[in-house]
Amino acid sequence: MKALKYIVPLGIFAVLCVFLGIGLTKDPREVPSPFIGKAAPAFTLAQLHEPQATFSPEQMKGKVWLLNVWASWCVSCRVEHPVLNDMTRRGIVPIVGLNYKDQRADASKWLQQHGNPYQLSVWDIDGKVGIDYGVYGAPETFVIDKQGIIRYKQIGPITPEVLEKKLLPLLAKLNA
Amino acid sequence: MKRLLGILALAASLGAWGQSAEVANPDPKVEGRLKAIAHELRCLVCQNQTIADSNAPLAIDLRQQARAMIAEGRSDDEIRRYMVDRYGDFVLYKPPFNATTAVLWVGPGLLIVVGFGVMFVMLRRRRAAGAAQPAPDAARRREIEALLASEDDPSAARKAAPKT
Repeated sequence: MKALKYIVPLGIFAVLCVFLGIGLTKDPREVPSPFIGKAAPAFTLAQLHEPQATFSPEQMKGKVWLLNVWASWCVSCRVEHPVLNDMTRRGIVPIVGLNYKDQRADASKWLQQHGNPYQLSVWDIDGKVGIDYGVYGAPETFVIDKQGIIRYKQIGPITPEVLEKKLLPLLAKLNA
Repeated sequence: MKRLLGILALAASLGAWGQSAEVANPDPKVEGRLKAIAHELRCLVCQNQTIADSNAPLAIDLRQQARAMIAEGRSDDEIRRYMVDRYGDFVLYKPPFNATTAVLWVGPGLLIVVGFGVMFVMLRRRRAAGAAQPAPDAARRREIEALLASEDDPSAARKAAPKT
């Protein structure tokens, strides 16, 4: 009974430590997306390379695909770009680019320089579609399933590690 | 001169990065409501600022969006819902009460109640412990009474005290 007096505060302290410890491992910049498990917002935007042609997510129904938010002014996009190029080379998944708040000429030049992994890119000059997708920085990547439901959102660059550990298992599951 | 031109060109190109145009609404009522609601919304790029305080391109875009919605005659609740639908509860500086935030809202009150409860129980236990002191037996009682009686005359106490 006497020991309880010491064990209880010690126990509370231990629980607090565990919670704070978990808190340390989390990145506050990664805001949980309210879109997981919800339908990808509809939009119709002009394509980057063919301004007269449009694209809307409807056209990808029946396919698992990625919507990747990128821009020529985005520094971290350069980090993930080789990974995207590699994914397309390996034919892993169709990737649609959402060119976010960028100039057409800058964006096209950037793709010429760094390679174009995208099936196509759409051009979101004023960031309106970005807002509809809750984008608050680039790069961000949405995994969208055959029914058009968003299954995962990658905030920040897709690193080889993210690809191996998160995307590949998820894509395999969604394509099964 | 060349250097100055270089700096100007650099500044211009930096300005073109986010290229977010902010146009204030001529109606002061719209701007007033915008100011109020912008102070409740978090800028997700610079997380410890509201979108009213921040000049990040996203904050400017969101202000512009809220301004447009106010001009369309939408209510503050509709604007809040619009932001929460896209950015989650995190966008609100005052989190709503729901299953995930229940601990946050109830926790401090609960802690106070539990704390007072523990304090109350402990105080009562201490008081009960004080009252439960064993009553002095007859010999002890005589000794105490003798001591009390001899307050004025210490020699009497020595005489009355039983030899032990």
